[in-house]
Amino acid sequence: MNRYPVWKYAIILIALVVGGLYALPNFFGLAPVVQVTSTKSVAKVDAALQTRVEEALKSASLSPDSVGLASGALTVRFSDADVRAKAKEVIQKTVMVDGQDAGYVVALNALSRSPAWLLSIRSAPMYLGLDLRGGIHFLLQVNMPEALTKKTESLAGDIRTTMREKNVRHGGISRNGQNIEVRLRQAADLEATKRLIQDNFPELQTQDMPDGTEFKLTASIKPEAARRIQDQALKQNITTLHNRINELGVNEPVIQQQGADRIVVQLAGMECVPCAKDLIGRTATLEMRLVDDGVEAQGAESGGVVPFGDERFFERNGRAVIVKKQVILSGDSLTDAQPGFDSQTQQPKVDLTVDAKGGRIMRDVSRENLHKRMAVLLFEKGKGEVLTAPVIQGELGNRFQITGAASAAEANNLALLLRAGALAAPMEIIEERSIGPTLGAENIAKGFNSVTWGFVAVTVFMCIYYMLFGVISSVSLAFNLLLLVAVLSMLQATLTLPGMAAMALVLGMAIDANVLINERVREELRGGASPQAAIHAGYDRAWATIIDSNVTTLIAGLALLAFGSGPVRGFAVVHCLGILTSMFSGVFFSRGVVNLWYGRQKKLKNVSIGTVWRPDSGNQVTAN
Amino acid sequence: MEFFKIRRDIPFMRHALVFNLVSLVTFIAAVFFLFSRGLHLSVEFTGGTLMEVRYSQPADLNAIRASVAALGVNDVQVQNFGSAHDVLIRLPVQKSSTSGAQSERVLAGLCADLAGTMQADALQSGKMVCKTAANAEPLVLKRTEFVGPQVGDELAADGLKALASVVVGIMLYLAIRFEWKFAVAAIIANLHDVVIILGFFAFFQWEFSLPVLAAVLAVLGYSVNESVVIFDRIRENFRRFRKMNTHQIIDSAITSTISRTIITHGCTQLMVLSMLLFGGETLHNFALALTIGILFGIYSSVFVAAAIAMWLGVQREDLIKGPIKKENDPADPNAGATV
Repeated sequence: MNRYPVWKYAIILIALVVGGLYALPNFFGLAPVVQVTSTKSVAKVDAALQTRVEEALKSASLSPDSVGLASGALTVRFSDADVRAKAKEVIQKTVMVDGQDAGYVVALNALSRSPAWLLSIRSAPMYLGLDLRGGIHFLLQVNMPEALTKKTESLAGDIRTTMREKNVRHGGISRNGQNIEVRLRQAADLEATKRLIQDNFPELQTQDMPDGTEFKLTASIKPEAARRIQDQALKQNITTLHNRINELGVNEPVIQQQGADRIVVQLAGMECVPCAKDLIGRTATLEMRLVDDGVEAQGAESGGVVPFGDERFFERNGRAVIVKKQVILSGDSLTDAQPGFDSQTQQPKVDLTVDAKGGRIMRDVSRENLHKRMAVLLFEKGKGEVLTAPVIQGELGNRFQITGAASAAEANNLALLLRAGALAAPMEIIEERSIGPTLGAENIAKGFNSVTWGFVAVTVFMCIYYMLFGVISSVSLAFNLLLLVAVLSMLQATLTLPGMAAMALVLGMAIDANVLINERVREELRGGASPQAAIHAGYDRAWATIIDSNVTTLIAGLALLAFGSGPVRGFAVVHCLGILTSMFSGVFFSRGVVNLWYGRQKKLKNVSIGTVWRPDSGNQVTAN
Repeated sequence: MEFFKIRRDIPFMRHALVFNLVSLVTFIAAVFFLFSRGLHLSVEFTGGTLMEVRYSQPADLNAIRASVAALGVNDVQVQNFGSAHDVLIRLPVQKSSTSGAQSERVLAGLCADLAGTMQADALQSGKMVCKTAANAEPLVLKRTEFVGPQVGDELAADGLKALASVVVGIMLYLAIRFEWKFAVAAIIANLHDVVIILGFFAFFQWEFSLPVLAAVLAVLGYSVNESVVIFDRIRENFRRFRKMNTHQIIDSAITSTISRTIITHGCTQLMVLSMLLFGGETLHNFALALTIGILFGIYSSVFVAAAIAMWLGVQREDLIKGPIKKENDPADPNAGATV
């Protein structure tokens, strides 16, 4: 009766092997590394760079464990973090050209020490949270009313221009909060304005009311359009943050939307809080200027003297562009940039929209400079970069397009850069945490010690109290820990200190299943059942109780997962997963071991489950 | 080994009234302290700035307090954190200055007290460290935490939502699996544990942080476990012992599960104890909440939950469902047949 069919053992064996494989990387630990990546296409990460870095390290008498090129990054591994800190400085100097930033990013990271065959099955160590590895965490609140106000402001200007074009007379257009108020003298004008707004500004809704002898028309952004604007503002802010963080040289930054108007930024290994804050506070500006393509300027492109009144800037691919100093338009005028396809040529393009004032300037400038090039420049931290420099093909208005992108992806990227130069809406830090790396290491040690010593104490008690059944319970508890670690590694769920506490707690709770079973088996033995029948009944009867009690614990865990944030979520993830793995290990696995041990014996007289005390006889009946 | 050599069922239910009165008194005391003293909420809930600083020499808390007050920051709490070298500084939310500026100012002030100056770190550009003339580092900022006031309010609201959904979820499950009387009894018994944990935190003014909240909810789920195990046994006993009355059934159920209750809780407590000893200051209050929860969890599930179910009038018929076969049912083809 206490036999498992072969397939059940197969499941256990598979779980053991898979669990073992995925839990294994955690034992190898992490190696401190320095990674060099490139942000510009001129800055090539290749064998030449590798030799340069290797030689520089050798001359500084620093010996790395290994230097390797993989997926566009040069990875230099070290055995200890102090050496790495020195090496980072050396490498940083090496990759600079003439003391100038050459487009390389040098970052500290930690990579798994596990062998290549483990990496090839995508087995990675658990993903440690910031409180365990050190770093900076920000929660940013995007000021959405501000984004809407900005949009309203530019729409008010557009309405003014459109009304002038269509010869509709008005007595003043003003923005009042997030409403545009248009004063009109005559009823006919009111109708004309309403129609005009309906035709040209689908995102606006209007409402009119008499104002003395005159009329007042109030236009506001429709709720669904407002939602779209907010969504776009958030996306744009995230992209901008991405671009700025990339140059900080942080590995695997986490930049995520949280809720409708919040952004989480997590920079592991970062200690420089002011640098991180600069990301949010910094302002970037976009400028449109004419390209000088005179003979002198063409000479300057290939390294000659820059003509008077011009400046030299570089494109992302490193090509020099000589532009005039005079600014045609600044980024404030640009209201939108969207990628798309030209309806006639099917070529990828980027549609730009500038506000009414910008449109007027564009018209004049484009008329005078037909078939010349115009550059779009992005200025950040006082450094300019040419995003694109297209040729003006016709007279432009407030809506025009840039064609000639090689691919849809490139057009997409350009549109993004045009939009993402600046933050769409200001952001405010509403939560900030910085954890030093030493504290992270201490936290790991604390969590690890709690789990280890708790585990040892429970195991010792179980083995003494329940003898062989206690040993089996302890083995299944260890199996539970293995599975939990494996699942966490597989899912790459973030492990935090509360998560480690949950791990300890869930082990303490998981033993409950085995205690229930063991007590039940003892009780059956006490009642006079034969050992085999007692084992069978013990497991069977305890099962319903175990299910019930785990479901209630799981309900609490799921509620924490649903409503918790930050540390609570880290706790809840481990807690819920731990309950699930404990059901498997505590019942299915431990029964398998018991069956393997006792199930074969037909005439089983004794089971080793400690003292089975019978009240009727008054004396002890030892069962082994 | 066997710790529990119990000859006959312990008459728990005979003393049910006493146990319930004890519970009631503790509960009222807990509620009283909750209202009179209130919870000492952590920065996560109240908003504000938290700084953990490690001194190379044992820190002089009074000097730190004085120097922070001199910076014009009022209502500052300064305390040791784990050791004499580690200091935790809590600053309230200030409208005038941003989070970073505030903690930088305080750090610079503390640094100046030790005759040091803030300098750029040689290893990481932009990072500021405190250095004395002798190039020693008298204090290190280990962590800072800033929480805006709007986040705190949301956390409190989310915490209450989580509590409510745990209560509703567990009650629904128990009502489906057992019976509404058990659901009510289990929730009352275990909510009283939660209130008592909160009462302890209010009385001793221990800091109530997010991990503590997680511990409280985990305890709620965990100690409902206990009641479930006992209810399970009560149901089984109703089936097995047809002659016993409800009193005896409950007594027998509690007696036969008590060894398991205590051993399980003991094992969980071993784990929690290990957290209390090795987990450091961060996990200290988390482990404390669990300890209280586990101890009162035993009490409430053994002495309170079943008693409440009894007061609510649990009967055999509530648990053993299915149609009772009538004699000579004309629709039953097997009517009258006996085996």
